[in-house]
Amino acid sequence: MTPSFIPAPLRGLPWGMLIPLTGLMLFGATVLYSAAGGHMAPYAWKHIMNFVIFLGLALAISHVPEHRFQQAAYPIYGLLVALLVLVEAVGHVSKGSQRWLNLGFMNLQPSELMKPGIVLIMALFYSTLPPSMIRTWRALIPPLLLLGLPGGLVMLQPDLGTGLSICFGAVVVVFLSGVPLWWFISGGAAAVVAAPMAFFFLLHDYQRKRVLVFLDPEADMLGSGYHITQSKIAIGSGGFWGKGLGNGSQSHLKYLPEAHTDFAFATMAEEWGMVGGLFILAVFFVVLFRWGMGVARRAPDRFSQLLAAGMTATVFFYVAINMMMVMGLAPVVGIPLPFVSHGGSSMMTNMICIGTIMAVDRWGKRAGGRLA
Amino acid sequence: MAKLITNGVLRNSFDRRSVVVGSLQSGVGLLLATRLGYIALADNEKYKTMSESNRVNLSLIPPRRGWILDRMGQPIASNRADFRVDLIPEKLIEQDKTLAELAGILHLDEIALQEIRDHLEKSRGFQPVEAGSHLSWEQFAAVSVRQPDMPGVVPQRSFSRYYPSGPCVGHLVGYVGVANAKDYEQEHNPLLITPGFKIGKDGLEKQFDAELRGVPGARRSEVTAGGRVVRDLETREDVPGKAIKLTVHAGLQEYAARRIGTESAAVVVMDCETGDLLSFVSMPSFDPNSFTDGVGRIEWKMLSDDDHVPLRNKILHGLYPPGSTVKPTVALAFLEAGLSPDAAVNCSGGLRVGNRVFHCWNHHGHGRVDMAKGIYQSCDVYFYHFAQQIGMDQIARTMRKIGYGQKFPLPYPSQSFGTVPDPAWKLKKYNKEWAIYDTVNATIGQGYVQVNPLQQAVIASRLASGKLLMPRLLHDDPRPAAGSLGVPQEHLDFIHAAMKEMVNGLGTGHAARLPIDGVQLAGKSGTAQVVGLNIGNGKGGLWRHRDHGHFICFAPFDKPKYACAVLVEHGGGSPAAMPIARDVMTYMFDQQKAWDALLELEKGWGGTPQERQAAKYRSYAAQYGVRAPQVEDSEEALAQQEQEAAKPAPQPIQSDAAPPAPEPEEASAAPAPAATPKPAAEPQT
Repeated sequence: MTPSFIPAPLRGLPWGMLIPLTGLMLFGATVLYSAAGGHMAPYAWKHIMNFVIFLGLALAISHVPEHRFQQAAYPIYGLLVALLVLVEAVGHVSKGSQRWLNLGFMNLQPSELMKPGIVLIMALFYSTLPPSMIRTWRALIPPLLLLGLPGGLVMLQPDLGTGLSICFGAVVVVFLSGVPLWWFISGGAAAVVAAPMAFFFLLHDYQRKRVLVFLDPEADMLGSGYHITQSKIAIGSGGFWGKGLGNGSQSHLKYLPEAHTDFAFATMAEEWGMVGGLFILAVFFVVLFRWGMGVARRAPDRFSQLLAAGMTATVFFYVAINMMMVMGLAPVVGIPLPFVSHGGSSMMTNMICIGTIMAVDRWGKRAGGRLA
Repeated sequence: MAKLITNGVLRNSFDRRSVVVGSLQSGVGLLLATRLGYIALADNEKYKTMSESNRVNLSLIPPRRGWILDRMGQPIASNRADFRVDLIPEKLIEQDKTLAELAGILHLDEIALQEIRDHLEKSRGFQPVEAGSHLSWEQFAAVSVRQPDMPGVVPQRSFSRYYPSGPCVGHLVGYVGVANAKDYEQEHNPLLITPGFKIGKDGLEKQFDAELRGVPGARRSEVTAGGRVVRDLETREDVPGKAIKLTVHAGLQEYAARRIGTESAAVVVMDCETGDLLSFVSMPSFDPNSFTDGVGRIEWKMLSDDDHVPLRNKILHGLYPPGSTVKPTVALAFLEAGLSPDAAVNCSGGLRVGNRVFHCWNHHGHGRVDMAKGIYQSCDVYFYHFAQQIGMDQIARTMRKIGYGQKFPLPYPSQSFGTVPDPAWKLKKYNKEWAIYDTVNATIGQGYVQVNPLQQAVIASRLASGKLLMPRLLHDDPRPAAGSLGVPQEHLDFIHAAMKEMVNGLGTGHAARLPIDGVQLAGKSGTAQVVGLNIGNGKGGLWRHRDHGHFICFAPFDKPKYACAVLVEHGGGSPAAMPIARDVMTYMFDQQKAWDALLELEKGWGGTPQERQAAKYRSYAAQYGVRAPQVEDSEEALAQQEQEAAKPAPQPIQSDAAPPAPEPEEASAAPAPAATPKPAAEPQT
């Protein structure tokens, strides 16, 4: 049990998750410190600040009661869709791909917020759907519409990475909601058929190129294959123990592109080696698998279950795609590594997810355990 | 069967499915850890190597090229430390922006920019293109500072080839230049595409490229992806190429080249004891200094407009009828055949053979002419008469022995060596019998006989020494003792005396008399006709219709030390050649006196060859600017022009005796060619 001299609000916090997470963030800060050539500015300080600020946001979210979540789900969803349309319109006016809105004090990226947003709306939909309807079209068509609208808008931007991320969160919720399994099997089969067609007809040239390069990075060593190749060189040359802090030639001599954002893992692996990589994997194992999925399983009701699992899946998607990308297992898509890469937007999204899971955790504890 | 679905059923489903999702997640985690291990452990060596080759850039340091020295150790071709900027076309990102920025720093004008663009267009991506050389330290520093923002721009310190006397040695040494795609195909050496490295393109520079080149140094440095050098790790010095020492006397070479002035001429001076070539001059010439940076549009226009063909090396590739310079050799043939030098003939201005009359150049006649007078007065009738007696075979034998028609082992890829005609040759070549007029032509150096200036110098040196001298150009080559010509000394003495008389006594060559006490020059002039008298008299008119002027000589006449041959192409006859020969030979004995005479002349010509070329360039640049036509492939075109220039003109079959070219006596009546202002006090006898 938690010692009683610790104030109650702190006692209730999930320290088993927070301590590894903070460790991961600080580890990320050292990577950013090195990527900036041994300086806390401009990345490392801001990274820590972002973490502190958005951890505050997460704690605030964690105190929101369940019914508030449920009340807010549709208005939030509607607002985000409206913002996505607005972004699309602004982008259309400025004749370019636009993903964010300038709010003056920060650039707001509605598609980022849609990642937790879609999970929230999906969880609400399935928790309110009468169980008897779970095997009917009513369990399928409305969620498809709910997902199709923002998903389509994001893909239009075009932002394939974020679009896939939104879909992934939603699909995991749908899967966990108990819809018939054959939907997924046939859906998967359809995807296998549709993927090549999408590749040839739907993807933009630069996206197609990324996929081709992913399949054969060495073919275009100095062009688009450069990113993947340099990233693999950075990771591979680090070996087991790494080259040591500040000794990463790949990042310091600028061979590694985006060394502080998308390829932060490669920057880390060059200097900290496989040990650093295993540490990161271990932290995510604790945070996502042990804690996130654990909270979902212990959650008091259907809504909170689906919500926690969906949020976990959203963060997982970041981690998996980013690490697969830097190690040459996925095409180059602009997805940062949570809590390690520099960048406020992704920190905010991930903290919203964490905060939401913490909220579910609290609901479960308040309810005194699992309800039958 | 419809199963009742309750919340409980759904919760069970969630539990089961969350296990599936969780396992998938840990599966991905496991996959990532495996992949990490594979890259970082199994492929560690491979990626370590790749990371090192990223980090460390091995760049070659072009070796300093071996010097080319004259016989005294003076540099004819050297290197000077240089700041330069090259462009690597395939690494240039914004060409126009980069060029504009460079133009600002290096003060490049439109013509220079156009040249760089021409080169960039033609270059294969990996071949460096020179953007500027001989930069000041400030310019170099300014480019170096901006380099990280200008990918593909390589500023560096290097050595560039320098020919102190420029065009004076153009045909002697050739020039160097950036290796072209063909060179690179032949020799896949990364050194060839190292910025700042040049290979020999022509002449000795090409012939001895392997010796001169040296061994490149190397520099290992840490570089960023953008190519900026972070720090040097280690450097291996280059090994400079070996020097090549020539027999040429650099001072004489420059003097002779400058003395030629605005004429198109060749001057070859040989040592009468060793065969050493002391000067090897063909002017006008290209300036190897400016060829080294590649031939630009303006230069190309200048070269192709010049009817004096600066690209042709007249010494080796110019073939000319020797005119009367052949007479001492013919006289030697007479002596060998047993003719007494006192045997005489009466010259009344022509010789009747059968029903034909062959004219002497002096239509008034020379009166009684013996061998000595035949040489110093250059009487044609004397030679017509006795050549009929002695026969062409004997004359041709002696001519070949003396050096006519011979090719000499010199380090140049080709020589045009002309012909020594005789009856057998004519029968073989034209399937025609030898005719009297053929002998007549040959004995006065017209018709089929052709020589190049190198042969003329060898002939002069062999006549002077009586030895089978071979011309030498490399100082350190073995020096075999020259064999004897097999000519009795009294024959030689006789010829020497007659040739001395030609210049210093009763002859026609007073213009060549040396202004030096106690040193008497022996010589023989010659005028070779280019067109028939029906087109022009050979003295004035169109430049290309004027006669060629020859002069061969040696000094001192009684103890020959130096032999010299001068050819002035379309100079209007031998009067153009004699003063040049005189001044060049004067240089051998009294340099100060020679320089005094030349500097006075150069005032009238508009300065040294370099100065004149620079002035011409300025006027061309002003006239044509960037409108000069583009050089398609300068090297190809150069080689082609040179090849064409080296091709001997076809020899038309002779159908009659050539009218003998007038000798200087008459020449004094004709107006001096405008192209050659001569000192007013030129003695003309």
